[in-house]
Amino acid sequence: MVIENPWAGLRELTAARLALGRCGHSLPTGELLRFQLAHAQARDAVHHPLDVSSLGLGGALVLSSAARDRTTYLRRPDLGRNLDPASAGLLQKGDWDAVVVVADGLSATAVHRHAGPVMDALMGQLEGWRIAPVCVVLQGRVAIGDEIGERLGARQALVLVGERPGLSSPDSLGAYLTWDPKVGRTDAERNCVSNIRYEGLDPVLAARRIAELMHAARGKQLSGVNLKASNLIDC
Amino acid sequence: MDLADTPLRRFLNEPVIPYETDDVTRLILDSHDSQAFSPVSHFTVGELREWLLDEETGDAALSAVALGLTPEMVAAVSKIMRAQDLVTVSAKRSVVTRFRDTIGLPGRISTRLQPNHPTDDPRGIAASVLDGLMYANGDAVIGVNPASDDVGRVETLLRMLDHVRETLEIPTQICVLAHVTTQLEALRRGAPMDLVFQSIAGTETANRAFGISLPMLDEAHQAALELKRGANIMYFETGQGSALSSNAHHGVDQQTCEARAYAVARRYNPLLVNTVVGFIGPEYLFDGKQILRAGLEDHFCGKLLGLPMGCDVCYTNHAEADQDDMDVLLTMLGVAGCNYIMGVPGADDIMLNYQSTSFHDALYLRSMLKLRPAPEFEAWLGRMGILEDGLRLRTARALPPVFERALTW
Repeated sequence: MVIENPWAGLRELTAARLALGRCGHSLPTGELLRFQLAHAQARDAVHHPLDVSSLGLGGALVLSSAARDRTTYLRRPDLGRNLDPASAGLLQKGDWDAVVVVADGLSATAVHRHAGPVMDALMGQLEGWRIAPVCVVLQGRVAIGDEIGERLGARQALVLVGERPGLSSPDSLGAYLTWDPKVGRTDAERNCVSNIRYEGLDPVLAARRIAELMHAARGKQLSGVNLKASNLIDC
Repeated sequence: MDLADTPLRRFLNEPVIPYETDDVTRLILDSHDSQAFSPVSHFTVGELREWLLDEETGDAALSAVALGLTPEMVAAVSKIMRAQDLVTVSAKRSVVTRFRDTIGLPGRISTRLQPNHPTDDPRGIAASVLDGLMYANGDAVIGVNPASDDVGRVETLLRMLDHVRETLEIPTQICVLAHVTTQLEALRRGAPMDLVFQSIAGTETANRAFGISLPMLDEAHQAALELKRGANIMYFETGQGSALSSNAHHGVDQQTCEARAYAVARRYNPLLVNTVVGFIGPEYLFDGKQILRAGLEDHFCGKLLGLPMGCDVCYTNHAEADQDDMDVLLTMLGVAGCNYIMGVPGADDIMLNYQSTSFHDALYLRSMLKLRPAPEFEAWLGRMGILEDGLRLRTARALPPVFERALTW
């Protein structure tokens, strides 16, 4: 009944769902059920809350976006880009080369697993930089780094955020860099390093790439599509 | 009833976004063909719906009026059409384009083979390409979304895809869907390039958020034309919500903004255009029902405006949707005569982290609706022993030897 594919050896080259075989034009039962289990796990990752104490980020400021809960967060992207008034009041203007923002985004699991290792590897490569206290944001989206960076007076903002969970990767972290952060910046003005996880882009390699981008942004005084990464390290 | 009673002319006289402030509005109005418009110029939106559904209104009449219709008109009429209306009218309209094969012919549906990989590993991508080909996918384009916009990597992937295509002599196209400026840089470095890709939106400011402008697209189009590979050499992706998500919608609803993106696409006579309908997430299309509706609207609006419209039937894990919703939209788009869908291994895009349609889904649709691949690709599948009678997948005992050679890269 099941027609198997003799090229299953190709699976060694990629995690993609290759050589699944077929029954008629449909999936064999085992593959169908594996897919549905993976979907349920990815859905769970979306709703799992961030545990700030597990991050090992001593001295971090814990902030909240204007989205009160997960349901509001999913329906109102605008609220996830702004701080709630109480959190905004905690930020004072300073003189910083950069601020690092850690936000749950769509996968707290990604932040739990990878934000710490990225931070540890990154800080050693920013010697001499004046780095603002780390800001951890609950129910936060990428653009919340714009408001935080602007309020703190940071010349660039790096946002580490849980990416939308995939079926095969519920724990992927993204890093978004914005030069001269302020409310209203567009995505074209950011640089992104995505898919940070041990099975994808290793956190240590990701930190190297992020550090290169941060140094390049400082040198050219910009970020985004005009900051091409072609002369950066390949990782 | 107000919308149904609105005269179509009103959309020409009162732009939803001012002419002075938005270059997409200027493009729409400056390129409006009043002669093509004349058969429907006296209609209201409600009357346009009835004319579109009339059995006497066929492909020729719809084709003749395309340049007389504006995005705002087709978006308006789509809002007062039921799902079956959208399917009925779309199915009348065939928009055919050509590169190495012919896409959009009646009775056929193509697929974009989407072999993405989280770290752009060329051999990992090649493996997914071969699996897709063995499942008879890839006649619209073999198109990779790169994880990195690095020009060196884009060039590497283009060379690998070209190697596979040349080795197997596949009548299809290759594309690496990096930012248009990165693709032009790869082209200047001498990378093999078939189609030039870009994501586009329906307002000037939303396009700016994508890091593009109409002059930039003009330049890319010109560079691609100079390769002298034919008239259909561009590939565009769109999706409802992009203008809203970049706060560039000017208070206009997301479906009308989406249709305005088709005016941008139309300027460049593309080989392929598809809405990536559920990719944007529940912030903009909340659940399976909204994604279904949006997919049918987008396909309808694109086809009426004369575009070779495909659809990435998809959803994210934070949306209230699952495979059952995708099966329904996929089937309806097949009936509606959609030019192409996506083919992703096991429906799981391991780089972009969302679910699209699988190689198997294309087999289902072709089998149920008796739809064949593009004719040149169908002949190639026959020569390779992959497909027989244009519809039935053969049982392969091994990868054809020439496929093994394609992997030696």
